[in-house]
Amino acid sequence: MSGRSARSQGSWLRTWLGPFASRPLASLGLLILLVIIAFAIFAPWIAPYAPEHIEPVDRLDPPGAEHWLGTDHFGRDTFSRIVYGSRLALLIGIGVVAFAMLTGVPIGIVSALFPGAGRVLMRVVDVLMAFPSLLLALGLIVILGQGVFNAILAIGVIYLTTTARIVYGVALRLREESYVEAARSMGAGTVWMIRKHILPNMISPLLVQASFVFAFAQLGAAALDFLGLGAPPDVPSWGNMLAESRIYITRAPWLLLYPGLMIVLTAFSLNLVGDVLRDQMDPRFRELVGNRQRR
Amino acid sequence: MWSYVFKRTGAAVATLIAASVIIFVFIHLIPGDPVYVMLGDEATPQQVDALRTRLGLDQPLLLQYFYWAVSALRGDLGTSIFFGAPVLSIIAEGAETSLLLASITMFWIVLFGVPIGVLAAVRQGSWIDQGLSGLAMLLASVPTFWVGLYLILVFAAGLGWFPSSGYPSIFEDGGLSNLRYLVLPSLALAAPNAALILRLTRSSMLDVSREDYVRTARAKGISPRRVVLGHILRNALLAVVSAFGFTFAALISEAVVTETVFALPGIGRTVVQSILRRDYPVIQGVILVIVCLYLVINLLVDISYRFLDPRVEFE
Repeated sequence: MSGRSARSQGSWLRTWLGPFASRPLASLGLLILLVIIAFAIFAPWIAPYAPEHIEPVDRLDPPGAEHWLGTDHFGRDTFSRIVYGSRLALLIGIGVVAFAMLTGVPIGIVSALFPGAGRVLMRVVDVLMAFPSLLLALGLIVILGQGVFNAILAIGVIYLTTTARIVYGVALRLREESYVEAARSMGAGTVWMIRKHILPNMISPLLVQASFVFAFAQLGAAALDFLGLGAPPDVPSWGNMLAESRIYITRAPWLLLYPGLMIVLTAFSLNLVGDVLRDQMDPRFRELVGNRQRR
Repeated sequence: MWSYVFKRTGAAVATLIAASVIIFVFIHLIPGDPVYVMLGDEATPQQVDALRTRLGLDQPLLLQYFYWAVSALRGDLGTSIFFGAPVLSIIAEGAETSLLLASITMFWIVLFGVPIGVLAAVRQGSWIDQGLSGLAMLLASVPTFWVGLYLILVFAAGLGWFPSSGYPSIFEDGGLSNLRYLVLPSLALAAPNAALILRLTRSSMLDVSREDYVRTARAKGISPRRVVLGHILRNALLAVVSAFGFTFAALISEAVVTETVFALPGIGRTVVQSILRRDYPVIQGVILVIVCLYLVINLLVDISYRFLDPRVEFE
């Protein structure tokens, strides 16, 4: 019984989307995420202005008919920049999740299946975890230099450690399952076992982990942007918008409100969705995946 | 028991050595010649050679690490390129702000996180629980600098109750009343962390309340209030208190952003400024000190956990 892989796709969808029906707040979270994805994909059609379009006469205009969410100190349209900012938010989230999965999953599985390699690899993970997360990211930015891609790597390394630990924990337990032992005693190869037994059972813990990592990547990227060590200043990211708004907060409080609200809504929605997915998970693994992630 | 203490301490020392190698190597991973990067384009070859010798970069790598580690053990973390002062004294200057900020933040976290977490657990499933748990998740999703900027906007710029930036030492004019400079920063820093402690308190309470001895206590007719306070809370707090240790250590580095928002002269702001100034010895020194602190606190938490709860067993 290799878990969910044997079921049909229809019931897979029902398993994952069903619980949202009884959780209105989580459904709202799912809806918000869909809106942000739509923003990112259809940005040129949704945004009334180009994100870098400057109108010097309209500097620091409050929200109104012409500029729904007001303008910044260059006269750039806040709403348009927020819409385009969702592209970067998704890019950072997907990038960090992909990096954490592509590195953490192999490290965790190899460590669980080959105890010799595991002692070394998990010790390295322990050492990386001795660095407070933000400090680790800052140190990596010093080495790699500033930029969107480097911010993804720097934040990704933080969640490489948590992902590797979770995968290691789940894989260790799966290794002891009788059906996995049976397969091994019948001469199944390691690769076959990983593909048939380990990975399919890993999907739900990883999905939960992905949603939490995606959420915290937003906060990490915003912090880096705010410190001037993330995305270059000309890139319309929500963190950059907040950093720029800092000196105008008394004159133009809308510059502080909307980009911050987008970060909060994105992270909150992902946390809500992650919580629902975790409740759906196999109870044996639930304790391994928490949303008390490193911040 | 003592063999556990020795084993755990040995592991912490090993982790510290490995971490120190990473911190040491990091200056060598920076693309280009770090000496040129530090001195800028206008440096003369003589200046470059002098700094390279001063930093010991002309020695073999293994020897360099050895010298660096030995001086670090003696408390010599090198000299700041930007200030020309010893790195340790620069860290010491920021220590007062950072430690006070972290302590006051911990106070808020304990004050709000634990009692509200208990309330949510006692009323599990009710609308109070759902509301509080939802609020905690919302707070955990908020960037600290955003909260900080709003606190400045409302309580400093608007109402004028608290200063918006800076922090004069409590040993200078004003004495303890200077702590008012840390009220808004500590609240901003506490928000997401109090939310995490709230969630932890709640789940820990619920875990303990499923234990057999709690059912026995209830069956014996002990009042619900005494069961919650005497049987559940006391045991649930063990996990929560051990989380305080990690939280305190993490606060020192998380404060990087908060200290920048409120222009506080702490260790975190020193890191950010040193990164922008490419003052590598300071970055190395601060990271080493914070990792050390982190490991020591974790070690103390683990060992005291063993002493406090004899049920916890270690191999």
